[in-house]
Amino acid sequence: MPAVQDTIDRVRKIDVDQYKYGFETEIEMDKAPKGLSEDTIRFISKKKDEPQWMLEWRLEAFRRWLTLEEPTWARVNYPKIDFQDIYYYAAPKSTPGPTSLEEVDPELLKVYEKLGIPLKEQEILAGVQKPKAEADEFDEAGDNVYKSGRVAVDAVFDSVSVVTTFKKELAQAGVIFCSISEAIREHPELVKKYLGTVVPTTDNYYATLNSAVFTDGSFVFVPKGVRCPMELSTYFRINEKNTGQFERTLIICEDGAYVSYLEGCTAPQRDENQLHAAVVELVALDDAEIKYSTVQNWYPGDAQGKGGIYNFVTKRGDCRGKNSKISWTQVETGSAITWKYPSCILRGDNSRGEFYSIAVSNGYQQVDSGTKMLHLGKNTSSRIISKGIAAGFSQNTYRGQVSAHRKAENARNFTQCDSLLIGEDCGAHTVPYIEAKNSSAQFEHEATTSKISEDQLFYVMQRGIPQEEAIALIVNGFVKEVIQELPMEFAVEAQKLIGISLEGSVG
Amino acid sequence: MLEIKNLHARIAESGVEIIRGLNLTVKAGEVAAIMGPNGSGKSTLSYILAGRPDYEVTEGEILYNGESILEMDPAERAAAGIFLAFQYPMEIPGVATMEFLKVAMNAQRKARGEEPLKIPELIKRVKEEAGLLSMDMAMLKRPLNVGFSGGEKKRAEILQMKLLQPNLCVLDETDSGLDIDALKIVSDGVNALRSPDRAIVVITHYQRLLEHIVPDSVHVLYKGQVIKSGDKSLAFELEENGYAGIIEEAA
Repeated sequence: MPAVQDTIDRVRKIDVDQYKYGFETEIEMDKAPKGLSEDTIRFISKKKDEPQWMLEWRLEAFRRWLTLEEPTWARVNYPKIDFQDIYYYAAPKSTPGPTSLEEVDPELLKVYEKLGIPLKEQEILAGVQKPKAEADEFDEAGDNVYKSGRVAVDAVFDSVSVVTTFKKELAQAGVIFCSISEAIREHPELVKKYLGTVVPTTDNYYATLNSAVFTDGSFVFVPKGVRCPMELSTYFRINEKNTGQFERTLIICEDGAYVSYLEGCTAPQRDENQLHAAVVELVALDDAEIKYSTVQNWYPGDAQGKGGIYNFVTKRGDCRGKNSKISWTQVETGSAITWKYPSCILRGDNSRGEFYSIAVSNGYQQVDSGTKMLHLGKNTSSRIISKGIAAGFSQNTYRGQVSAHRKAENARNFTQCDSLLIGEDCGAHTVPYIEAKNSSAQFEHEATTSKISEDQLFYVMQRGIPQEEAIALIVNGFVKEVIQELPMEFAVEAQKLIGISLEGSVG
Repeated sequence: MLEIKNLHARIAESGVEIIRGLNLTVKAGEVAAIMGPNGSGKSTLSYILAGRPDYEVTEGEILYNGESILEMDPAERAAAGIFLAFQYPMEIPGVATMEFLKVAMNAQRKARGEEPLKIPELIKRVKEEAGLLSMDMAMLKRPLNVGFSGGEKKRAEILQMKLLQPNLCVLDETDSGLDIDALKIVSDGVNALRSPDRAIVVITHYQRLLEHIVPDSVHVLYKGQVIKSGDKSLAFELEENGYAGIIEEAA
């Protein structure tokens, strides 16, 4: 399995406190003044050439936010965030936008090179596909992750989308894939119709903050009956010091449409904690399907737990139409604090929600993550597979809610939560909330907690596999069910990340 | 090839001594059988040879090709050519048998400074050996040992042993849980590995296995010591008269 081999090589090179992606890129930045006020919001809105209604929307959210209190119910601890000590807008100065890769700031391209993203940018941007024979061989060996397809990348550099590729081909199919700022300017009727309809501005503290100050993010619109011809991908990257990232993503699939969206992130090393409060809204109309995959690898803090990203994310999908389907797949290995519950509102009859998650925590990371499956329509079904892996001194909590409305006849859910502990000082917690108000609902919940056994480790090592690699192998086996849900390009990255994240977890 | 000198070892956690002054020499090309009643320390000996961390060597020495292996971890010993076929092989959920074989073979190749095997070459070798053990490709796609029958697990052990080509093979109760057909297949697999530069240590409770894997030497283990050594006739003697006579003789 080359992925694991590669993991080992990379693990060797990296210490917890030598985070590989810990570098800064010097590109001129255009910043808003530090701190948060109506003026900051006006500045952002003006910078982005936004229409008046958008500014009003933001200001309303801001005023609402001022009345809210930071939630404390999650099983995470962190020093109080000073919201006045954050820059809310930073954009690379090189405008107007480039029309091809050659025109892109070479510094920026270097960043991507340094990231060493396995999804080879140039190759994929050029639409290169691996020879089929090679892919089949790997398949037989149990590795079917090398079949590389084409991916459209909407690169988000700090807060502004700099490169959007494949735009033409997508446009031919009628798919809109652009930054949310561009969408606000170019497709205001669509944005107005859907923005905030899944995660309202009043939803929660972080989502409300995001509504006020979001700077960029992606917008996807797949019209009726269209199957998006390629995977859509965004690599997020936090770059400028102290810049909070407030991404806003909105994905809409009209009747019978389909899209698969990939989101992946890495961040440079920082001493200060960085705040990230993104909002993702998905809307699936009749017979539509949205598959949303995330590989998240933000800086988790050093060996003592200093630094690292605070990740407070609101992700929610609305299965608004009948027979619609929304599937969340996430691999969470980074961040000092993760507060994240990608959820599905199963509004349409026969709609389906899925949540596949791998959450790895090591060092002093704190993860409180899970999902909500809210069954509203008839014959709705959902499936939750959560794999938590805790190592070091980390705390890893699964928090999930499954509920059936009284009109949700024949609602079905299957939940499986498995936790794996590595070492003696970490913790795994499972907090399920299950609520059925309709007697025909069928909810199943299974949970296990296990440790990597000495016996297993000894057995694997007896075959000549060194300890770190043995652990990575066992853990990758443990999470296989979820890895299989990821698009090919991400599966490789995910396996590597898991190996890297668990480096040094066993003494 | 293997020299064990006055070995004393205990369970690390409880401090209970299991091996109490064990001496054993196995030469290259030799097949040595270790027999003994339950609780005599047979399995413990196999674990200690493979470097299992829950045991502690308190005295004595284990030399492999003239060098002490006591400071080596299990993976290093394996890469040096020591293989243990487990009595109870562990299940590795989610890891396809084929994938596991690939990782193991390439890990050992890497330790020896060799290039990883090309996928077609790997598949060819695995298919060939698996065929000899009557294992099909469908089985190789299943997670290692998960849901395998007792016989399938043992065959998977022998498959790994044949692919990894170790110099010192230690087989711990490989015959347990095997019906006669499976026993024949497994024994053929082991016999195919007999070679002038390889040593095989067969740990067994019963003489039955030794009809198929005929040993050059037989050693009786009791209370953590080798109390009697002989040729294959010693195994027949044990089968006829049990351990009591030999234990008395040694006392």
